[in-house]
Amino acid sequence: MAAGLVDRQIGFFHALRDAGLQISLAEVLDATRALGVVDLVDREGLRAAYAATVLKRPAHRPAFDALFDLWFPPAVGDPSAREGQASEDEAGEAGDDGAADKDALRARLRDLLLEGDEEALRRFARETVRELGRADTAPGRQAWFSYRVLRGLSPETLMASLLEAVLAGQARGGMAEKVARQTLTDRIRQFQEMVESEVRRRLAEDRGAEALSKTAVSPLAEQVDFLRASRNDMAELRRQVFPLARRLATRLTARRRLGRSGRLDFRRTVRASLATGGVPLVTHHRPHKPHKPELVVLCDVSGSVSGFAHFTLMLAYALSEQFTKVRSFAFIDTVDEVSRFFTPGVDVPQALSRMSAEANLVWLDGHSDYGHSIEEFAARYPDAVGPRTSLLVLGDARNNYRATAVPTLRSLVQRSRHAYWLNPEPQAYWGSGDSATTAYADVIEMVEVRNAVQLEAFVQRLLPT
Amino acid sequence: MQSPQFASPADVAERLSAAGYLTDDAIATTVFLADRLGKPLLVEGPAGVGKTELAKAVAEATGSALIRLQCYEGLDEARALYEWNYKKQLLRIQASGDDASWDDISDDVFAEEFLLSRPLLTAIRREEPTVLLVDETDKADVEVEGLLLEVLSDFQITIPELGTITASRRPIVFLTSNATRELSEALKRRCLYLHLDYPSAEREKAIVLSRVPEIAEQLAGSLVSTVRALRAMELKKSPSISESIDWARTLLALGLDTLDEQAVRTTLGVVLKHASDHDRATTQLKLD
Repeated sequence: MAAGLVDRQIGFFHALRDAGLQISLAEVLDATRALGVVDLVDREGLRAAYAATVLKRPAHRPAFDALFDLWFPPAVGDPSAREGQASEDEAGEAGDDGAADKDALRARLRDLLLEGDEEALRRFARETVRELGRADTAPGRQAWFSYRVLRGLSPETLMASLLEAVLAGQARGGMAEKVARQTLTDRIRQFQEMVESEVRRRLAEDRGAEALSKTAVSPLAEQVDFLRASRNDMAELRRQVFPLARRLATRLTARRRLGRSGRLDFRRTVRASLATGGVPLVTHHRPHKPHKPELVVLCDVSGSVSGFAHFTLMLAYALSEQFTKVRSFAFIDTVDEVSRFFTPGVDVPQALSRMSAEANLVWLDGHSDYGHSIEEFAARYPDAVGPRTSLLVLGDARNNYRATAVPTLRSLVQRSRHAYWLNPEPQAYWGSGDSATTAYADVIEMVEVRNAVQLEAFVQRLLPT
Repeated sequence: MQSPQFASPADVAERLSAAGYLTDDAIATTVFLADRLGKPLLVEGPAGVGKTELAKAVAEATGSALIRLQCYEGLDEARALYEWNYKKQLLRIQASGDDASWDDISDDVFAEEFLLSRPLLTAIRREEPTVLLVDETDKADVEVEGLLLEVLSDFQITIPELGTITASRRPIVFLTSNATRELSEALKRRCLYLHLDYPSAEREKAIVLSRVPEIAEQLAGSLVSTVRALRAMELKKSPSISESIDWARTLLALGLDTLDEQAVRTTLGVVLKHASDHDRATTQLKLD
């Protein structure tokens, strides 16, 4: 194999390792052998060969694709410029007749989105990045920006006219519109991704693939901080709740089976001893009966931490067969029981939105008040926390400098079997500003749960064997 | 090393589609590599995207026999590798009478004749082309993975009484997993990996058309885009390819030729299997 290709591959693998993939030497050798048998000219084949040999986790796929595009770009320079398009200099001063150009481009984009021809769309993305994406940052230096392209074309605003064309006179507002809207949204997102990857390719040409590898990869959804997650991240996380719950439940049953067995099963032991002349060589035991705790979740659902609270509530209800009972209470500055929204078999995202709309969570001003909420919780639901209860408090303990009600919380903790406080803030910020973390940490075990990975680890600890 | 089954990824795509399985670039290349490099292929993905079908199609396309090891909780060596036929051995000893010496008998009862071959051993001993499918690997216990490691890396099995049996002809091995638990790094390292996901709109349409050829192309198109709209919702269980195919068959059986609100409302149960998913789809697609 050519030395250039080997170097390229080593650089690519380094970037992948930096992005969190574990690539062993055995896999490097496999990949190299694979290169020997596939057609190197076929780029998608090369991508598939690398994916088959070094990519072993679907969560790493976006990172892999982004880095592959950087290290093995589909084209070098300006492949479409040769077709007699506008020359480089003209593209630089597109400001004068930019308005007319943009309308023409938007019209072409609209047609392409309607057709859904992927290859044509990709060519168009390449072209528009050349036309609109470049900015001269300094003399002799240039940078490429995807937002210039996407803002210039603003593909989302084409939706109305696209829908009209697709539906062609069918009734609006019905199922047909919903389905068409979904198809078009997918294509628009595809186009945005094409633009972004083309911009990365251009940048990589200017600055080298190594320089870009660090920034090209966005972190995995499960490692994104709850407090900083975007709407897309949260949607992605919510989609992972049920697989996560299933994984946890499987792991738990496996752990239970391996754990100590229960009391001696006398009947089966004697029965088995008949085969060995009445000598009980092997004893049989009844299966161990797992202890299932009651779970009480008390969560802050005020703006800043609601994403975290929603995700944790969803997980608690997805795991509800692991508990005898799950009760949940939400608060902002006063508390209300919200278990009624989570009846078995309910659609959980809908239950969450009903919870925000219908529960009585605001008493005075709608700013977090942990002290009042804890007092209210203890007074109004005295039977909620008992000796079989695991109590979870969710929140960042940002109390707006109000009273903390620590003694009440202490008595709740003492009454419960286990009690934990899950805090979505990084530990370094605890106790800073209006955070009452220090006061609460004296009476309850405070756990940092910044992302889904940490939450998964915590839930494993919480669930009994 | 035996001669490979496939000439190129394009050859894979062509022969698999003749066997009724439509591939894309990634599938074709990965299957081609599994054959060329002689490595097992771990196929992971949600239920109903055609993981098992892929193995069956490869077996059909290469004219190989398909040997299947279905994994489940409590699967052990005796079910996966081999077992001595204890009853037959006992019979042999009793039938030999007094004249035979102990040495003769002990050599005799541990011979081929008394060996019950289970899927892994069968696949390794076969002389003819073979596809070995280890289905739902994630359902088996962790110890089974250890067992697979030995078999899949060297394609050999050691039976203490008989010695080591090495594959004279390496089978093409597929392992499938629903990812209910993470398989061990050691196993993943020895395998090529293919993640099968819901296919692109064009490919799914082609699959529906090839599986249910009687359906009108127009209807297949709108069915696929409706299924994709359903997958974009936050459902407990997204509809899979096999459910799309079932849906197409249902529509055909009911004699429906357009997929309008009425048709979706009456047949939604074919693709969505949870009451809450049903409600969600009904409101979001504005069916009522």
